Amino acid sequence: MNRGDPPGKGEHDMTNPIPWNGSGLLEEVQKRSGTQVSACFQCHKCSTGCPIGPDMDFLPSQIMRLVHLGAEKEVLASQAIWLCASCEACTARCPMAIDIAGVMDALRIMAIDRRTALPDSHGKQFHRSFLGSVRRHGRVYEIGMMTTYKLRTFDLFSDVDKVPQMLAQGKLALLPNRSGGIKQLRETFRRAEEEDRKP
Amino acid sequence: MKYAFFPGCSLESTARAFDLSTRAVCRALGIVLEEIPDWTCCGSTPAHATNDSLAVALPALNLQKAQAAGLPVMVACASCYARLRTANHRVCNEPEDRRRTERITGLPYDGGVEVRHVLDVLVNHLGLDEIRAKVRRPLAGLRVACYYGCLLTRPPEVVAFDDAEHPTCMDELVAVAGAEPVEWPFKTECCGASLSMTHSGVVSRLAHKLLSMAQKAGADCLVVACPLCQVNLDLRQADAAKAHGAIRPTPVLYVTQLLGLALGLPLENLGLDSLTVGAKALFAKRHAAAVGFAGGKS
Repeated sequence: MNRGDPPGKGEHDMTNPIPWNGSGLLEEVQKRSGTQVSACFQCHKCSTGCPIGPDMDFLPSQIMRLVHLGAEKEVLASQAIWLCASCEACTARCPMAIDIAGVMDALRIMAIDRRTALPDSHGKQFHRSFLGSVRRHGRVYEIGMMTTYKLRTFDLFSDVDKVPQMLAQGKLALLPNRSGGIKQLRETFRRAEEEDRKP
Repeated sequence: MKYAFFPGCSLESTARAFDLSTRAVCRALGIVLEEIPDWTCCGSTPAHATNDSLAVALPALNLQKAQAAGLPVMVACASCYARLRTANHRVCNEPEDRRRTERITGLPYDGGVEVRHVLDVLVNHLGLDEIRAKVRRPLAGLRVACYYGCLLTRPPEVVAFDDAEHPTCMDELVAVAGAEPVEWPFKTECCGASLSMTHSGVVSRLAHKLLSMAQKAGADCLVVACPLCQVNLDLRQADAAKAHGAIRPTPVLYVTQLLGLALGLPLENLGLDSLTVGAKALFAKRHAAAVGFAGGKS
């Protein structure tokens, strides 16, 4: 089985050999996250302490196991990696010192790189809208960022009831507050793109 | 005592009260803050969740500016704090991360700028005795649940200035302010953070869990040290009650607001009017307690 191949018949059939390390997924995730996912022995401590666990399709410990198994499609198309709130409870508690939250970051980045069809794109679109706003203004311009995000997700009306109060309390600025460091920041974004295109 | 201050984007918008009260409290306590000139966004969760290069480079841009100014950095936002500390950790420990960051930002950076959270500065640098000496209006009779959230204490290799599972520095500060910190088990449970924008139902569930536990512990209010915690527990409190059952409206203040009150700072300098769940009833109780006829819970 090669990375990127569509899952074939019997690929996850237990009578076939488990594609342990054969898919390259485990190695790639370990390289990107800088943490030893292979050390996971399924104690489930991450999952029992995960505040978002009840909402996830796969628990964090199951994500670790799927990475072991090379189940790239299941992992990258999971909702769990986008529901992870990066609270770091799993990372802080893992008895094998695996940076599980860091693995979630690596998997999200891989899902974007591989243009994986996502079960719901809210997370990806929010992050994209946020970074777009930073690139434009140097700092987040909340109204602009939220408008872009809402247009991208067709979710136009949630939370609009909160806007008048937030404006009245000065929690939302009508105009962006552009940083004087904008030129250097845009250059940084550009060079980061170049860097990420390197093999 | 002088720090380069990194306010971060939230402190210019939803967390303006955190900005106001942090500056006011530091001024009153003799901590000089010099805002990092032309600071830019740290990248927050969107950078580390989607772009590994930017996750280190965006904080580094600001740390380089502080290094040029020759000052340690103080941060108020827990998320900015964690991002700046993480960038330092990676630049110091991963030579390739350092080389890549220097290529991307176009400037040298050795990861050597000290980054501290305002709570750390107050409790561990300035010290509780210094603060106690300046308390003018002890908040007697006020029962407070200190909510640390995630990123002030996790992961401990990166941010630790307190215990990762059972931090106490905010409780100590609240006690110095004359209030009574309550024991409760969810000090470091996550509020859902940026899922607030993308999956607000999850945040409602978690906010409800936290607020009801704080109430069970007998808290009159919560104090926080993170803009996103404040929004999720305060602005989303009504949503949480609607979705998961009634909760007594509970004010959620920034710890610097609470400290500012105890230091006797003018209310308009602390941004108290920007709380969604107002805290006026708490002051009524405090004043009642101060003149000696407090009658239990208000």
